[in-house]
Amino acid sequence: MDTFPRHARVVIIGAGIVGNSMAYHLAKLGWKDIVLLDKGPLPNPGGSTGHASNFIYLTDHSKEMTKFTLDSVRQYKELGVFTQSGGLEVARTPQRVEELKRRITSSKSWGIDAEVVSPAEVKKLVPFINEKIILSGFHTPGIGVVDSLRAGTLMRETAQKQGALTVFAGTEIRGMDVANGRVKTVRTDRGDIDAEYVVVCCGIWSPRIARMAGASIPLTPAVHQMISVGPVPQFADTVGEIKFPIVRDMDTNMYERQHGFDMEVGSYAHRPILMEPDRIPSIKESALSPTELPFTKEDFDLQLEQALELMPDILGNEKVGIRYAINGLLSLTPDGFPLLGETPEVKNLWSAAAIWIKEAPGIARAVSEWMTTGASEIDPTGSDVSRFYDHHKTKTHVQARSAEGFNKTYGIVHPREQWLTNRNVRLSPFYEREKALGAVFFETAGWERPNWYESNNKLLAEYGDRALPRAAEWESRWWSPIINAEHLAMRERVAMVDLSAFAVLDVTGPGALHLIQYMCPNQMDVPVGRVVYTQILDVAGGIKADVTVMRLGPDHFRMVDGGFDGMRDKKWLIDHLPADGSAQVSDLSSALATIGVWGPRARDLAQSATEDDMSNAGFPYGTCRWVTFGPVRALASRISYVGELGWEIYMPFEQGARLWDTLWDAGQKFGVVPAGIGVYGTTGRLEKSYRLYGNELELEYNLVEAGLARPQVKSQDFIGKAAYLKQRESKPAATLCTLTVDDNTSKSGIKRYPQGREPILTLDGKPIEDAHGRRSFVTSAGSGPSVGKSILLAYLPPDYAKAGTKLLVEYFGEHYPVMVAVAGNAPLFDPENKRMKM
Amino acid sequence: MMNVLVCIKRVPATGSRITLTPDEQEIDARYLNFTFSPHEECAVEEAVRLIEAHGGTSVVLTLGPDAATDILVDAMTLGMERAVLLETESGDWDPGATAAAIVEAVRAQQAAGTAFDLILMGNEAADTGDYQVGIRVAHVLGLPCVTGVKELKIDNGNAVARREVKGGWEVFEAPLPAVVTVKEGINLPRYPSLRGRLTAKKKPIERMKPQRAHGGLEKVRFKVPPEQTSVAEVLGKGAEAAPLAVDLLQRLGVL
Repeated sequence: MDTFPRHARVVIIGAGIVGNSMAYHLAKLGWKDIVLLDKGPLPNPGGSTGHASNFIYLTDHSKEMTKFTLDSVRQYKELGVFTQSGGLEVARTPQRVEELKRRITSSKSWGIDAEVVSPAEVKKLVPFINEKIILSGFHTPGIGVVDSLRAGTLMRETAQKQGALTVFAGTEIRGMDVANGRVKTVRTDRGDIDAEYVVVCCGIWSPRIARMAGASIPLTPAVHQMISVGPVPQFADTVGEIKFPIVRDMDTNMYERQHGFDMEVGSYAHRPILMEPDRIPSIKESALSPTELPFTKEDFDLQLEQALELMPDILGNEKVGIRYAINGLLSLTPDGFPLLGETPEVKNLWSAAAIWIKEAPGIARAVSEWMTTGASEIDPTGSDVSRFYDHHKTKTHVQARSAEGFNKTYGIVHPREQWLTNRNVRLSPFYEREKALGAVFFETAGWERPNWYESNNKLLAEYGDRALPRAAEWESRWWSPIINAEHLAMRERVAMVDLSAFAVLDVTGPGALHLIQYMCPNQMDVPVGRVVYTQILDVAGGIKADVTVMRLGPDHFRMVDGGFDGMRDKKWLIDHLPADGSAQVSDLSSALATIGVWGPRARDLAQSATEDDMSNAGFPYGTCRWVTFGPVRALASRISYVGELGWEIYMPFEQGARLWDTLWDAGQKFGVVPAGIGVYGTTGRLEKSYRLYGNELELEYNLVEAGLARPQVKSQDFIGKAAYLKQRESKPAATLCTLTVDDNTSKSGIKRYPQGREPILTLDGKPIEDAHGRRSFVTSAGSGPSVGKSILLAYLPPDYAKAGTKLLVEYFGEHYPVMVAVAGNAPLFDPENKRMKM
Repeated sequence: MMNVLVCIKRVPATGSRITLTPDEQEIDARYLNFTFSPHEECAVEEAVRLIEAHGGTSVVLTLGPDAATDILVDAMTLGMERAVLLETESGDWDPGATAAAIVEAVRAQQAAGTAFDLILMGNEAADTGDYQVGIRVAHVLGLPCVTGVKELKIDNGNAVARREVKGGWEVFEAPLPAVVTVKEGINLPRYPSLRGRLTAKKKPIERMKPQRAHGGLEKVRFKVPPEQTSVAEVLGKGAEAAPLAVDLLQRLGVL
């Protein structure tokens, strides 16, 4: 055995599928001196990998997760551990039949071959299924099973053969030392290792290990019940592991998967059973393994009945017995996404946790690339461990949301669906005012934000059909035509919008300008009082963020960012702070409240509440300054995400209610309405074709493609500059376009409205793919009440990215005609931006 | 036709390390399931097979807290027809008190119309290992008793029981009714089926509340013995290890 090292370039903790994949990919990328540790024995150290059911379904509504999965399948195939079996998701209810059609649209958007099949066709594929209780099936031929322990072993051995890796099983982590905010030493029961990097790949134990270094990996261990029954006579002539397609019984939250002569029946339907990482039994205390807890039969009885209904020929056979039954532990996170990347608390301490077998090698490749070059091929932003605010990391939040999410594992989850637990955590100073106005609150980053106001119901009578009411239940869910009415009132009069969920980051000090220049591709050395909208790039020229920056002083910049993105971007800023301490970042997100006041009467409103000059000459577009409204001094910034005259007004949090009242009272004679985020985030911005981070803007697309390249490139250096210059030299593989739906009428005569992520198809119904293999799909969708159309944004390859091109969008199994209205970055509504600048 | 009673005991399914509750009165069952022992699983299987072959009624009985209904349901899942819980408040009863309660239950069942031809038990309790209850029950009821049985046949109103001894078998013949305690290996117990579980869940459980007899053994506290450690010595790697391994096997008298 190798002697236990005192030093390592990188220590990987955890030798499940994730840790082994990490070792393999880091070694492949040239890392040497890698040490892999696990407390348990090899090849199965006792974590979740050891009891995983090891099957891989391909389609997820999330592009990121699907891409990780597809990459993982490719890798498993290369390792020779993948067996293709095909897989089905079956529908027992009409709602599920619709959902399966939606899964087809996601499959087409992400490039997966799948089809909806009839119960009879399901029966042909799975002869032992009771087809009488199902209404349809979603068949994906590419689904299969893997041997994840073998895969891990092969990957580990490859890295060892390269001389890059040494492995120590049976090694317990006792602690971690951090010096100057950077991970320094891993303390184990065999000795201490000084390490430049540490990667926590400890699955359900990750929070406990990260805590040793003072970092947070917010996940909770949770039970997933599974039984294995056999011997199944129908499987008697199976050669190898699997002969029949896997079945997901979606409406009961269960799966049935052949494993040799047995059938594994697993469930996400039982009550959420959460555990605390510190209470997981040790290997010695466990009857089976630490992650195979005793089966609690009573939690599974309903599932037995449901499984019996679906597969009576096998499961009703008295000779087919329950041979193995566990409460298997797996990791749940509060938003359902993995926890990847460097922890915001400790430099060089990386997390690769809350990862399932189906996505592990793909994620490991991405994280390894990210560690090596700072950028990965697949955009991991949605899983970035630095996305959380402090309140997200509390036990209350993690447990509440994980429990709520558990039973949605196979759920029909609406894209706008709201969490019901742990609400009312972050309330703006306007909250009580908004509540009194009948606000319907949606949550972003813990903030309760009005999405629309029931008190604006009266506007519906005023606007009638112009509010574009929706007849179909799906797109009316978590939506109201009041949003469109508020939009119209804003465009005609003036609206007040609560924007307090913004993340606000101040960059100050003598090095502030240099830092902000280096972070942003736009010219940031502007006069004090100017506001700049800019993106932020990563080293590969992918779009990492988009922000507005106010220059408040020679050495003082205020960066305003979406609440959802704030913590990731804050980490990015802090990561690049100069070593000499000449610049600082301070987070004012919880110190400032923000109101947007927009509409043709916005100046009348604002001017009537202040003695300061709010005229176009006195307060031009794209500038910011301090304005006194009654007793409150606030920072007003003349920009707009909805394409109207007006300001974002920032005020000290505790004075917010007073300022709201001041503006509200002043607005009465100008017909002010409160407007929700439905207007701000969807209708207003889409009419202006404004891009949204996470929808249009992401690491896998660049500024040229997004239509955001500036005519000139500044002379100063900035992150991603080399890549950006290269992107500018060649024709873009795709261009972000604004499309309108020509006819929303479905076959049944009801008007339907795409909601985002649907595939854009050619007129003969074929998917569209660009030169990089990226399919065209709807990045954002919504109503355009002032243009009277439903609007879609999508990246299209050059052949299609021309105004007037006719295409199709697929939505719930039907095709609707669409037209490219604008190719590139220009608004549908008020194309010359006169309204904002008047 | 025959009536068979099987007595089982609820015990923790332990890992390799046993942890006690702070008051040292119980095993800490936080991570554990409760189960009944492999000997008793075999007793249940034997009873189910006997009834399948001969007809009659099978009854499973346990003495323990309300939570012990779980193992009764498990036994019914495997094919036992009826279940009786001799409900206790808490704690373990010593073999004398346990046997007395079982005798009382056997008599009550007889009074209600079910006279047992055969009472099966595991050879010993998985936790306390007293080896007493079967013999005590047989003694009080005046029945013949065979312990440590690994093969059982019912022939013409007799139980023919075989017990493994070093170098051979002891064969006993006892007239029914009789008490037989069995050991793992007498049969290969079946796995529970889905239908078995769903049917068993719906069956009622008969309950009796026995009075604990005075005297007998009282548990003071549990004590965990020091962990036995074994040291592995690596003899060598690859081909060079072969002669050393042969040498060791010779010293052990295996070769």
